[in-house]
Amino acid sequence: MTTPAPPALEIQDVSLAFRGVKAISDLSFRVEQQEICALIGPNGAGKSSLLNILNGVYVPDAGEIIFEGEHFRRMQPLEAARRGIGRGFQNNALFAGMSVIDNVIAGLSRRSRLTLVEEMFRLPRARREERRFRERAHEVLRLFGLDRHAATAVGTLPYGTQKKVELARAIVAEPRLLLLDEPLAGMNAYEKQEIAAVIARLNRELELTIVLIEHDIGIVLDLAHHVVVLDYGRKLADGPPQTIRDNPDVIAAYLGSERTEIAA
Amino acid sequence: MSELGLPIARPIADKALVRGLGLAASLALVLAAPFLASEYWINAIIVPFLILSLAGLGLNLLTGYAGQLSLGAGAFMMVGAYATFSLQLRVPDLPLPLALIVSGLIAAAVGVGFGIPSTRIKGFYLIVSTLAAQFFFEWLFLKFPWFYDGNSSATIALPRGLEVFGLDANAPHGRYYLTLATVALVTLLSFNLVRSQTGRNWMAIRDMDTAAAVIGVPVTRAKLQAFAVSSFILGIAGALWAFAYLGSASVQSFGLSRSYQILFIIIIGGLGTIRGAYLGAAFVSLLPLALDWLFQHLFSGHVDAGLLQNIQKGIFGLLIMWFLIKEPEGLARLLGIKLQARRRLFPSSQT
Repeated sequence: MTTPAPPALEIQDVSLAFRGVKAISDLSFRVEQQEICALIGPNGAGKSSLLNILNGVYVPDAGEIIFEGEHFRRMQPLEAARRGIGRGFQNNALFAGMSVIDNVIAGLSRRSRLTLVEEMFRLPRARREERRFRERAHEVLRLFGLDRHAATAVGTLPYGTQKKVELARAIVAEPRLLLLDEPLAGMNAYEKQEIAAVIARLNRELELTIVLIEHDIGIVLDLAHHVVVLDYGRKLADGPPQTIRDNPDVIAAYLGSERTEIAA
Repeated sequence: MSELGLPIARPIADKALVRGLGLAASLALVLAAPFLASEYWINAIIVPFLILSLAGLGLNLLTGYAGQLSLGAGAFMMVGAYATFSLQLRVPDLPLPLALIVSGLIAAAVGVGFGIPSTRIKGFYLIVSTLAAQFFFEWLFLKFPWFYDGNSSATIALPRGLEVFGLDANAPHGRYYLTLATVALVTLLSFNLVRSQTGRNWMAIRDMDTAAAVIGVPVTRAKLQAFAVSSFILGIAGALWAFAYLGSASVQSFGLSRSYQILFIIIIGGLGTIRGAYLGAAFVSLLPLALDWLFQHLFSGHVDAGLLQNIQKGIFGLLIMWFLIKEPEGLARLLGIKLQARRRLFPSSQT
């Protein structure tokens, strides 16, 4: 028997409840190395909760996460970052009082090796690190066409641009797994195409495994290699995009609830 | 430089020259201040203003930059003052500047101790922990005579006065230069710090602590570092307050009202800015003087002096309220708006 490449991420029987209300029930699926895995499903299906478990923001009531062969009953947020799990949030979670470039450099914190004294006196090592961080941040900003906004206060930028800054902050420290919660929300059609292209490029060129939540089905089916459909915290379907598209359960549940959402 | 380059380079050089001259002029003014101002102004206004600025700077790193609300500024100042007293008394070989640094480190250790709850609790609840520091040290330094060397009035004063590496700093000029040098050095180091990765960590925690942790900011460590650095500066400010300004001090010199005063300084001056501490300290120490002067000239002799003092305090409070309604982000922000407006009018000055 040949052993296939171990998956990048495996979710095993994970359950989570908020005060008795089940957000996720016995969820299991795996994410292969270097794939883009899309989580779809109606609001309240438990998608964001799952990302928060993977980051260590929430602690699951049961189940296990296996990341790069290691088993975790729970993650700590800092440990997740240290192990190379990057994260973009649903509602921008940028540091509003800081400039664009400072937001991005903050994403490099776990790479910093300086002591307070070196920073206070701006000793040579501190200057070198600062220069290196700044160059790296500019490099990532250029990737998103944001270089000219580097010194701008982040709160003054339009929403779509802020989303890009957040994406830049999430990848600046070169994570191996990137979790994105609705990276395209609030963007216009042009920006959506642009960011989808960047995500595809990150996946291809940096060999980055990506788990993302997205409501724009058209883009999801184009972008993702693997789609997991959630409904009320349960897995409804799991497979490549073309099989998901034709799955009658998915059409009924997903599109059905989408319609009620519009009606409500 | 080529001939062609000159016409373009000229205005920049001129501006640099103007700025350089301005800087040199203000530096000369600051250095010559003791010879220009009266002894009263140095002792009673400039020196306390500088020390309050220093304390404000210390608290601003913790509250304005790292977002950790503290009502314990007085406590950490007290620790610095009593530590300096003990060191000067019991380790006479240690020169005063080193004693100040060691006292700052002791205050930093205490600050970290009282900052540990901040890793679990947030915002207004954290006030309880820092308030505990305030009451604990007021009790401690009164309860055990060892801390004030059994002095009958329970006050502390330096056994040999202010002596900096053999130089006598007891005269107003000496106090001024000692304070000025300390404040200038600490300001420079703080400026470097808030622009470093640690400074970014602090602001990230202030703006959104959950996101900070998830993107890899070591939240616990950064919070404790903020407590340490802040208390270090407050400790030195406390020692200067006791010995460079008051001469002799007691726990009353660092009571809860001192903590409030320092907090007001940074709220009025501007949270999360270095210059905010100076602007706030100037506001807090100069405005009462201006009111006092005004009242003396207007009502002196006609109205009871005690009543006059209370009216002044009331007006001071009203002015603070009015000001915070007009500009909740403080004087530094007000100044920033002015500068921005000028930059919009003269875009070339941005470079």
